[in-house]
Amino acid sequence: MDSSQTLTADAPLPEVAGTEKLLLSLVALGLLLLLPATFDADAWRARWCFYAALGLLSAGTLGWAAWKYGRKPPGVHNHNLWLRASTSRGAVAWVTGLVLTGFYVILYWFSSPDDQGNFGPLNQLVHALDPVSQLLRNRPSDQWFLYGTFYTLAILLMGGRALWKYRHSPYHLIRTGVLMFFQLGFAFLLPGLLLAFQRPEFYFSYFWPLKPEYLFPDTVGYLLKDGGPGLGVFMVFWTAVISLVGVPVLTYFFGKRWYCSWVCGCGGLAETAGDPYRQLADTSRTAWKWEVRIIYTVLVVIVLLTALLWVGASGAVPALASVTQPLSQAYGFAIGSVFSGVIGVGFYPLMGARVWCRFGCPMAAYLGLLQKHFSRFRITTNGAQCISCGNCSNVCEMGIDVKQYAQRGEPIIRASCVGCGMCSTACPRGVLNLENGPREGRYQGSQLIHADSLRILS
Amino acid sequence: MHLVIIGNGITGVTCALTARRLRPEARITLVSAESAHHFSRPALMYVYLGDLRYQDIKPYEDWFWAENRLELVHATATGLNAATKTVQLDNGPALSYDKLLLATGSRGRRGIWPGSELTGVQTFVTLPDLELMTRDTRQGVREAVIVGGGLIGVELAEMLAVKGIRVTMLIRDARYWGSVLPPEEAALVQHQLDAHHILTRYATGLEQIIGDANGRVRAVRTTDGRELPCQWLGLAIGVEPNLDLAKLGGLETDRGVLVDEHLQTSAPDVYAAGDCAQLRVVAQGEVAVEQLWYTGRQQGETVAHTLCGAAPRPYRRGQWFNSAKFFDLEYQTYGRVPAEPVTGELSFCWQHPTRAALLRINFRSDSLAVTGLNVLGLRQRHDTWAAWLQAGTPVTEVLANLGAANFDPEFFRQYEKIIVADFNQQFPQHAVQLRRRKGLFRV
Repeated sequence: MDSSQTLTADAPLPEVAGTEKLLLSLVALGLLLLLPATFDADAWRARWCFYAALGLLSAGTLGWAAWKYGRKPPGVHNHNLWLRASTSRGAVAWVTGLVLTGFYVILYWFSSPDDQGNFGPLNQLVHALDPVSQLLRNRPSDQWFLYGTFYTLAILLMGGRALWKYRHSPYHLIRTGVLMFFQLGFAFLLPGLLLAFQRPEFYFSYFWPLKPEYLFPDTVGYLLKDGGPGLGVFMVFWTAVISLVGVPVLTYFFGKRWYCSWVCGCGGLAETAGDPYRQLADTSRTAWKWEVRIIYTVLVVIVLLTALLWVGASGAVPALASVTQPLSQAYGFAIGSVFSGVIGVGFYPLMGARVWCRFGCPMAAYLGLLQKHFSRFRITTNGAQCISCGNCSNVCEMGIDVKQYAQRGEPIIRASCVGCGMCSTACPRGVLNLENGPREGRYQGSQLIHADSLRILS
Repeated sequence: MHLVIIGNGITGVTCALTARRLRPEARITLVSAESAHHFSRPALMYVYLGDLRYQDIKPYEDWFWAENRLELVHATATGLNAATKTVQLDNGPALSYDKLLLATGSRGRRGIWPGSELTGVQTFVTLPDLELMTRDTRQGVREAVIVGGGLIGVELAEMLAVKGIRVTMLIRDARYWGSVLPPEEAALVQHQLDAHHILTRYATGLEQIIGDANGRVRAVRTTDGRELPCQWLGLAIGVEPNLDLAKLGGLETDRGVLVDEHLQTSAPDVYAAGDCAQLRVVAQGEVAVEQLWYTGRQQGETVAHTLCGAAPRPYRRGQWFNSAKFFDLEYQTYGRVPAEPVTGELSFCWQHPTRAALLRINFRSDSLAVTGLNVLGLRQRHDTWAAWLQAGTPVTEVLANLGAANFDPEFFRQYEKIIVADFNQQFPQHAVQLRRRKGLFRV
């Protein structure tokens, strides 16, 4: 039935209530106020607009979430997501994507300060944060402090929304709370305080190879020198031990979710600000083929690059320095800026919130290999109860076609799974459960259903 | 061998997939009038709700069929000749088969009420039903009435309520799904209906459907004489097998296509399975026509073995299980839990005083063997319960190990302790010590 392809677009939408319109206009007004905050020549007026914008955005977002989810009994509410332009790649989504992408382009390439300390188009926004920066970091604001503030605010506000939306699930309440804690504490306040005390700005929640430079010889040298004998050594020790020992051990017990859905800032933004877009992840086999091609390439490149840099630093091959330096810069540009930033967040409203995590992040690749081969974690399918409805695949932000496993009674053991737990939450028959059982029989499916042995990925 | 399957629902598709596994060389053709590709019927509601798109409720991507050499024919089968072994199609040449499976499913029952032909009056079972509902509720529907208090009825109520339409349900029984749910369970579902502002009228039926000048439903008159205005009316009073093709082919039919224990019809090499089949001989406690996703899948698999193999495989119903979701309340059942008490069986029902959580275990009064489980708002492990029910495990043993069946997500409140305490209070002569709780590193 060809006409059924358009069924989704045709289904009726409920009327938007007056209260909801009002709360959403607060958000819109907040976004609009960022324009005078950016362009008004009067610095005081711009600053006033900036804080008013943040206030309106906060009040509007939290108020809207409380109104939208608080009025209804707790439960899974993904209704109408495929009917609204904002969450189904409609015009609103394209505009949002363009604005986000544009912001990242300006941030990365057009906002470095010139001789007069002018931060380009972002100058007024950056300076509006001077008082906050002085308070926290004991120094004036810069473009990265502006970015960090926006990023943290997005996680906190949309995290508040997620807490309302998923309040029936202790798993999501705790997980979202922990994500908000790590972003605010470990990725915003602590690095700022370190700066205030004249120490290296260090993120204790990011590790090699997501933050590869933490195990590059230059950074290690700088941390040891500027961090001082106590703190600097601890920072290098922390990075090395977590990256090489902590990651395998924790992943063995809990799967990669301990990092990707509980600690990581990229995951934090995806799980909160990206939550309305999770259904946009492509679950097709074609997407999976691109995923494995790209993500393991990035992992190989960063491992080789790290090794080369150390060989170069050892001085064993003097000619190497001329190769590793541009290589390192190219990686920073292509992967660090374009992939994780511009595409990773800019394309949220078009491709879902985990584009970077799924296709590009070398940390996710590393964790994924461990999860697939050296972990107790699996998502168990409950006997023969699956009805192939597709809700699990729809909410999977990593684009895993979860139902392919569930409808065969098989456990889901996939390198890419970040263990957010949404498939389990969305399942209307209680079929899926995240478990850390023993490794014996981990791939064992239910005896109550006879899986067809036809291939789904190859 | 050319296997032709009429119907691409869960029964037909499971048969096709099993046959492909058993007979890699066989030619397999699936014929469907309803849709070009297999889709999940229980998921139709989510397309209307906007949770999913139509392509999201297809269990397999479109390339799957060609890669596994399953030929799809999107056509209506208009005739069946069992003597010449051919099926006529409305839009192409006739198909010759070596073996034929009728998996034509069922359609919504419409009843015989005056006015049921009016615009805005429909059942909800098929993809065309969904299209019709989409079209007829797009505009001008403020109030809707649903006849029937079963699973489709509550689905329709949720679909309409999410779109801001006021829903009234007319339910013949004295409580929700009274033929299946015991009173406590029905009361919990009632709380859901109330919380979502669904109006329910029990022990009330439909008398007459009243149209407006344009031939659209305007109101209904109920058996207790009230007139309820509505611009859309859903008939959710059950389903009936699609028998048109079987009758055209001269097969023996009753309520469904009559089949023996091998799911074979009255004609040679013609089989029927799923919603449309009616078993001639029914085992104790089972029914002749079953219209469930799970039984359709089981029958499709069983009949594939008979169609492909030398030794015919009889259909065995196996243990009963089912699940559903009533708005935000999940329901799972394993084994048999009758709606009313039966002699020789005791029933232990635990309910949380404030939260929507209920667990009921039925067991034999003599041997204490468990016979069935109902849970609402809790998740229980199917494999564990299947083993307990199969072995006739005593209820005392089951309760002592209840943690092993806990399938709730991590960090969810665990009720095993208070459930066991409640059991000990209700059945002090069988007092139990809880031995096993759910652990973080257990399965």
